[in-house]
Amino acid sequence: MSGKTLFDKIWDKHVVTTIPDGPEVFYIDIHYIHEVTSPQAFEGLRKRGIPVFNTKQVVATADHNVPTENQHLPIQNDLSRKQVDQLISNCAEFGVELYGLNHPYQGIVHVIGPELGITRPGMTMVCGDSHTSTHGAFGCIAFGIGTSEVEQVLATQCLLQNKPMRMRINIDGDLKKGVHSKDIILYCIAKLTAGGGTGYFIEFAGSAITSLSMEARMTICNMSIEMGARGGLIAPDETTFNYVNGKKFAPKGTEFDAAVAEWKELYSDAEAVFDAEYTYDAADIAPMITYGTNPGMGIKINENVPSASDIDDVKERESFNKALEYMGLESGQKLLGKAINYVFVGSCTNARIEDFRIVAEVVKGRQKAANVKAYIVPGSKQVEKQIYAEGIDKVLEAAGFEIRQPGCSACLAMNDDKVPAGEYCVSTSNRNFEGRQGPGARTLLASPATAAATAINGYLTDVRELI
Amino acid sequence: MEKFQSLISTAVPVSVENIDTDQIIPARFLKATTRDGFGENLFRDWRYNGDNTPKDFVLNDAKYSGKILVAGKNFGCGSSREHAAWAIHDYGFKVVVSSFFADIFKNNALNNGLLPITVSAMFLQKMFNAIEADPKSEIKVDLENQFIQITASGESENFEINAYKKVCMINGFDNIDYLLSIKDKIKEYEQKRVLA
Repeated sequence: MSGKTLFDKIWDKHVVTTIPDGPEVFYIDIHYIHEVTSPQAFEGLRKRGIPVFNTKQVVATADHNVPTENQHLPIQNDLSRKQVDQLISNCAEFGVELYGLNHPYQGIVHVIGPELGITRPGMTMVCGDSHTSTHGAFGCIAFGIGTSEVEQVLATQCLLQNKPMRMRINIDGDLKKGVHSKDIILYCIAKLTAGGGTGYFIEFAGSAITSLSMEARMTICNMSIEMGARGGLIAPDETTFNYVNGKKFAPKGTEFDAAVAEWKELYSDAEAVFDAEYTYDAADIAPMITYGTNPGMGIKINENVPSASDIDDVKERESFNKALEYMGLESGQKLLGKAINYVFVGSCTNARIEDFRIVAEVVKGRQKAANVKAYIVPGSKQVEKQIYAEGIDKVLEAAGFEIRQPGCSACLAMNDDKVPAGEYCVSTSNRNFEGRQGPGARTLLASPATAAATAINGYLTDVRELI
Repeated sequence: MEKFQSLISTAVPVSVENIDTDQIIPARFLKATTRDGFGENLFRDWRYNGDNTPKDFVLNDAKYSGKILVAGKNFGCGSSREHAAWAIHDYGFKVVVSSFFADIFKNNALNNGLLPITVSAMFLQKMFNAIEADPKSEIKVDLENQFIQITASGESENFEINAYKKVCMINGFDNIDYLLSIKDKIKEYEQKRVLA
């Protein structure tokens, strides 16, 4: 008898029925929604004259479009305000819980779900946002969907899905000093390319993964979509149970104990077979930086940009050259020491409390370089509160940084937090696509530690020199 | 959803790999609350400069037109925004051809009557070559028989599509109609789960 993967165990429990020669009817436990990808879905329900199937399994917040300053004032941008207002009226009309602007639970949807204990092991969850993969860190099947699918889940709590293939990535050994979970995932994407995970769900395993905190695990699962994978997941363990325990909506007392007993069954059996498997040595991972216009274009920070002449495939070489042209970089160029005027610490990838602790550790007793404009954006109201409670605000302010209010911010530049055309930004977010942080903006993806070190020096810095 | 059976059309080539959904429709245009009008901003930052003057890009080149978009591999990667599929469809495309599609984009396209066709890298190159040699080259797409053909040369290739999705595309069915029809089954599943 062959064993089951963690993914299969959760998936199989959520199949309502299978359409002959077609997809499976897949049940969704939790549906997160936000203002950008939900209005057309609610409009669809209205047109059909149907309610939300199960309002208790839907949680809404406003994050993509919100300003990160003066959140107590009406949103200045008319279109943004209209979209956020639309979410408020849709949630009221259909009876959906909303943690909107100024609510103590408001924040980036993938930050608030876990910190409220809504995200728990063994669940299936979706959101009209590709970084829903984040929640897989708890041993969940979590993935992003389009708005038509948001409407399907609102209407029926189900989706039609074909089961993806299973991949496992093992990272064994100890991470070196100055290397963080963001570097692990950028390393994996650089190895497997931006399309290398397409068609798969990826389980991350190995001693370097199990030794990570929940915050760090979320960073890894968050970016599994950047390999094209629908999602990533990590088997729950004591670290997971301890994180969930005591969270607002987590089960309490004996119910919690019963839940843990079930969660302990969530692991890939020893005989389980994966459709693809890769193993990397944690010791080979260094602080990473991207140089191009997709997250697969990453290198160790002390390496040079690859050379176009090393790329055999014509189409690939054309795309590579197009990316370097956009980035204003040369084949074979050294990146360390490059002047950087913008730094962004935030996004669903790296805006949890641990990320700000890491930044504080690097900048403590130092001063931000005068040329750098830094956007420091907590992932949620609760993270913001914790920053002040731990005195991280004092450390950051003494170093010349300002803390903004929660939202997606400069990750996708839907609000005013933009990087000007032609400028470089060392960013803890997840995408370095052309124009992602504003038209013409040039994004270099990195860990919070690298971002902090760069903000201090005003040029791209290997954080290992500062710690 | 609009039905799709077959079509013969000229095609527009965008010979770039890893075209992400931020290029197809930049985030700043996602503030609408309806599905309409996104075509105007399709490939916005590749089509226009900051001052709205046109750039040297294939959509601005009168030589190229048609209902088929042909693009390099890993098309539609990145964000799950369905606005990308809406923008392509709203612009007037009915088919997107590539040698590799990102998962979420492919689903979004199929949910909007926009047919994503995966062809071999070699056939994709033949299509680019044919269109480059003669922008008036016509491409034939037959969903029922699952093939795509460069009309002038007669070269063709079969493509895969999920049998359920094919029925939906041909008849213009949408998933919600189906899911609502099995509502009782879903409720039964929920009950069993609670008891288990």
